[in-house]
This record gives sequence, structure tokens and C-alpha cells, in this order.
Amino acid sequence: MNIPAQPMATSSVSVGSGESRVSKAKDKVKMNAQDVKVFYGDAQAINGIDLDIYENEVLAFIGPSGCGKSTFLRCLNRMNDTIDICRVEGKITLDQNDIYAPDRDVVLLRAQVGIVFQKPNPFPKSIYENIAYGPRLHGLARRKAELDDIVESSLRRAGLWEEVKDRLDKPGTGLSGGQQQRLCIARTVAVSPDIILMDEPCSALDPIATAKVEQLIDELSESYTIVMVTHNMQQAARVADRTAFFHMGDLVEVDTTDQIFTNPQDQRTHDYITGRFG
Amino acid sequence: MSISIEQRRQHRLMTIEKSLAKRHRKENAFRRMGLMAVVTGMTLVAILFVSILMRGVPAFWQATFYMDVYFDPEVVQLEPKPERESGESQFAFNERYSQWLTRAGLVNWQTLIDNALEEALGEEVEPRQLRDLRALVTSGERYALRDRFVEDPALLGQTVELKMLASANVDVWIKGNIDRDLPDARQQLSAQTRTWADQLEEQGVISNAFSTSLFLNTDSRSSQASAGLAGAFMGSLFMMVVVIGLSVPLGVSSAIYLEEFAPKNRLTDLIEININNLAAVPSIVFGLLGASIFIGYLRLPLSAPLVGGLVLTLMTLPTIIIATRASLRSIPPSIRQAALGIGASRVQTVFHHVLPLALPGILTGSILGVAQALGETAPLLLIGMNAFVANVPGTPLEQSTALPVQIYLWQGNELRNFFEARTSAAIIVLLGLMLSLNALAIWLRKKFETRW
Repeated sequence: MNIPAQPMATSSVSVGSGESRVSKAKDKVKMNAQDVKVFYGDAQAINGIDLDIYENEVLAFIGPSGCGKSTFLRCLNRMNDTIDICRVEGKITLDQNDIYAPDRDVVLLRAQVGIVFQKPNPFPKSIYENIAYGPRLHGLARRKAELDDIVESSLRRAGLWEEVKDRLDKPGTGLSGGQQQRLCIARTVAVSPDIILMDEPCSALDPIATAKVEQLIDELSESYTIVMVTHNMQQAARVADRTAFFHMGDLVEVDTTDQIFTNPQDQRTHDYITGRFG
Repeated sequence: MSISIEQRRQHRLMTIEKSLAKRHRKENAFRRMGLMAVVTGMTLVAILFVSILMRGVPAFWQATFYMDVYFDPEVVQLEPKPERESGESQFAFNERYSQWLTRAGLVNWQTLIDNALEEALGEEVEPRQLRDLRALVTSGERYALRDRFVEDPALLGQTVELKMLASANVDVWIKGNIDRDLPDARQQLSAQTRTWADQLEEQGVISNAFSTSLFLNTDSRSSQASAGLAGAFMGSLFMMVVVIGLSVPLGVSSAIYLEEFAPKNRLTDLIEININNLAAVPSIVFGLLGASIFIGYLRLPLSAPLVGGLVLTLMTLPTIIIATRASLRSIPPSIRQAALGIGASRVQTVFHHVLPLALPGILTGSILGVAQALGETAPLLLIGMNAFVANVPGTPLEQSTALPVQIYLWQGNELRNFFEARTSAAIIVLLGLMLSLNALAIWLRKKFETRW
């Protein structure tokens, strides 16, 4: 089930069960995980996961609660570092570079691998400041005009520009839940990462806001690699190119979304997607 | 069958209704208890404030003489105040001037006051009654007279209406703070002095006037009527500067380190427990520590506000650390994650996002800690700040007392019926300072508060 890393991915090599992935040529390995284990204190949360993530794909993690999908997602930009008792073993590479290498700067990593959280968490600052913070932090804009451009283009990409262009100086926390989440996505986009991780980005949103965010994910996948955790199988079916099924800390199965939902190879996957448990 | 279901439904509703009454009773009882507790607390605070105000406010007004004082050239036998002549060196002039000042100090200024009193009384006072006469005006006034003349030598030969404080005993007598029917042996003033005081009050020479001596003078034992808080106030001010300058940066930065950066292990647990315990250590213990370290070992001067400030810093640090940590902990982790997720470093996360949000709590905690230090007496007694100091400290290394210590000293003064009011007045000043610090804390909280 696990796809070997492709050091020099070429478009002619079809990887995994790639015949159904016809939409885009997504065959260059962007991130690769080898035998990743995560421990919280003595408890093992993830039991050795191998996974390739391809450039410009939308990869969804599904699975029952507590299966380790969010934990694994947070390993990909080392957000787990902030939890003292959390320990990560194994190897994760981004463009063939080990992200857990001792000399790896986590700040640079997080600028390359952005993250959007389950609950919208805008800074208690103005909408403009929310977006401008990242670029300013990383020195991406030298002049005010450049920064203004980044703010506008990020908000446009997040489909929020028309709604907020007249109140950029108003607090980001004053927006509705769905708008806040798109603001958080715009904030992540503003740093121009290669990969955007999304940890159940729609679980706190109503169906209309969810639809907007899903549409946004679809648009963003043109230029970004997106890895998302979702509880909602329909959502995975709607937006993901590939889907990975997690269960009890194991990566049970990863394949094209069609394959997973129509022809799962593992009994557990089958039981989960048909609603036997979860 | 359907009836029995209906009956059971009715029964269920009745049971709930019955339990409702009980619940409401309990709720009301609890509400009443809470209200009573609040009312009791507020009443006690009100009693405290009213009693302190009633006792203390009269001390701001003191029995005061308004008399014509004649700067009699026969008494003030002084050559004109020296002026610097051309060609004279600064040193020679200073020499000459200080000699003149010494001679000015030798003039019997009291005689001028005696004469003014005689004038006001309209009678010749025999030499044996001079003692009774001099008990009227507080002894500090003759030096005030000298200073006034040195300032303006043109007063020589002139008559000026001057304001002079009555002695503490006369103040007590006029205000009725002593039983007028007590026999002579138990009175603080002689019969003659009392008669004169009454006579002068009737003539309007003595009246109850607002006095600034409480604010502008230092403590005094010889001229108790003019004993004031200036020295203690400056001492407290210097200590506050030391406490704010040391405990706030130290406390806030150690709290930030412990809360945001330190690894969670046995050592940091131990430190946390110790900080919490330090906050509960009786303040007098910090005084002992200060006495042995700062005075015994480091040989810093006794009674100095610097040492007092250092001791109070030790005492305030745990309070500030705990308040700051609590404030940092109350910031939702989602804010930290948001900043970290964009690629902010931990330091940037803390200083750009967490700290600004925690600022109101940190400021409030710090100011309350400093206010607590301002009111602390016990540790200061152990480093010699309860000494009698009769001058205003110019630097934190000079001897001084502090406001709460001054209250403690005055409250123990043997001239009870005069110093009781003065003690309460000093408490009013201290409470005023505290209240303004607390008001500042509230204002800062409002100003920096951000909602998210």
C-alpha cells in the first residue's frame, strides 16, 4: 500500500494506483514519511506510518476519532514540538530534506508548510494585520505597497476580498465563523507556503460556509499541496484527490479517493466507509 | 390503560413540581446568604472608611495663630545680610555669609513671638510666666521666623501678620480632645496657659485653619504640632521606585520564561512549588533575610529606602510571578498555535501575540503587588526604617522611614490625644495612595483589554 519515495519523480512513472488520477499530473513526491511513530509520554499514538504526499494534490485523512490523523498531520510541520510530552520517531522529508534534522529551522519549515486549524483562530487584530503579520515577519514585503498587494491577493485567493475590502481595519474576530476560517486560510496563503495542512477546517462551520471553504480548497489545489483531516467522508469524497484511512494509530489504506470509497482493499476501511463504526 | 399513563404523567409532573419548590428555596437561601455576605463586607468597609475619615480629617485643620510680629531691631541685632563685593572670591564670600547665618541663629527669635503674644493678650507677662506663654506656640515656629528673616532681611523693623501653628497641647485643648474638667495635675497645660488659649481663641487670634504641615514637614519630637509626613512619603516613594524598577521586570520576565519557554520537568516543578510557597511566607521573614543579607553581609546602610525597596522586591516577586503566569495561562493556546503555524518563532509568538493580550492581567497583578508592598510595615522594622528621621531623604541611600512605619510610630506616640487624629490622617494619605494605584490598575486594564 505504501508508495516508495521517488527521488527524481518523472511524469512517465505512474505511482501507486495512479491510473484513476487523471485530473492533474501529480506525481512528484513533495513530502515523504518513513516509519513515523509518535508517543505521548508512554502511550504510542502512531505506530509507524509510511506515506508519500505528491505535489499539488489534495490528500484527505479520514478515520474514527482518536485514530491519530490529526497527530500525524501536525508532525508534518512540527506543530507537535509545542507539546512537551510528545515525541516523534522516524523520518519525514520535505523535498528530500529531513524536517526533523537537528539543523533544520522550524521557522523556515512552517513558512513552507502552513497550517489551518479546526477552530478559526484569527489574531485579535485588524483583518489587514492578520494577513500582513506573516509576510512582515518573514520580510516578504519591503514596502507598504508590496504588503498591500500581498494582503489583497491573499484575501482574493481566500474569496474574502469582496466581503472585507471596506473594513480591513476592523478586527478579524468580528467576522462570522466561515469568514474567520477563510481569513485564517488567507493568512496562511499570505506566507506563500508549498503545502497547506488543514485540521478539520470545516468542522466548526455551517453547510454554506463549508461549501465556500471546500470550493476554496479546490481552487487552492491549483498552486498548493493540501493535506486535510476531515471527519466528513462526503467532504473527502468531494475535494480530495487521494484519501488515507487511519485506524488506531495505523495508516490502513491510502489510495485515490474513488478507489477508497468504491473499492477499499482493507476490511476496516470498508466497515468504516459503510458506517459500521466511526 | 390510557388513564394509567395519564395518571403517571400527572404524578411525574407533581413530583417535579414538589421538587421545584425545594430547589427554589435552596436557590433563594443561597442568594440571600451571598447578598448578606456582600452587605456585611461593604458595611465593615464603610465603617472603616467613615471612622478613619472622622478621626483623620480634623487633623488637616490645626489651631493656628494669626499675629502681628514686629521684627524688633533691638532683638534682631544683626548687620545687613552680606552681599558679594567686587573682587571678593566666592570662597571668602561663602565664609562671610556662613558667619552671618551663625549669628542669625544666635538671635533669640522666641522673644519676637513672646512680644507678639504679649501684644495680642494686651498684658505684660512676668518672667516667671514665660514658660506658660511659650507653651502656646509650637517650638518650630521660631526657626520658621529665622528662615523667613534670612530670606528677606528687609523685614527688620517691620510688623507683619504671620500664621503660626499652636502647640500640640493647645490644639488638643481648643479642639476639646481633652476633658476640660480634669484637675490641674492631670491637664497637659498649666492653668495660665489654658486661660490664655481660651482668651486668644475668643479674640480670634487662634483659629482652626487648614495646615500644610502634615504634608510639608518631617516627623518632629520637639515641635509635635508640625510633625508631618514629607520624610516618610519620600521614603515610600523611593522604595516604590526600587520595587517597581526591580520586581516588575524580574518577575514578569521570570514568569514568561517559566510559562512559555522552560521545559516541564522536576526542576521547574520544584521552582513552581517554591515560588508558590514564597508568596505565603510571612513578610517579617523577608525583613530578617534583608537585614542579614543587605545590611549584615553587603553592608548597605541601615534605614535606607534602597534596602527597604530590595526587601519589598523579594516580598513582591512571587506575587508578580504568580499573577503574570496566571495571566499568560489564560491566553487561549489557539493564538500561540496560529502564530507558530505561520512561522513565528517562540519568542516572536510570545512578544507579538501572547504578551500584548496578557498585558492587562500582568499590569493589574504587578500594581496590586506593588500596592501591597507600599502598605508593608513588618519587614521594614527589621532593617531600621522605624528610626526617628527628621529630614527628607534626597537619595535612596539616606536614612528614612516609610508611610506605614510612620503610622505605626505615631500610633505609639505618648501624646495620644494629639497623634490619634494625625495617625488617621496619615492612614488617609496612605489609603489615598493605594486607591490611586488601584485606580491606575483598573484604568490600565480597561485601556489594554482586547477581546477575542
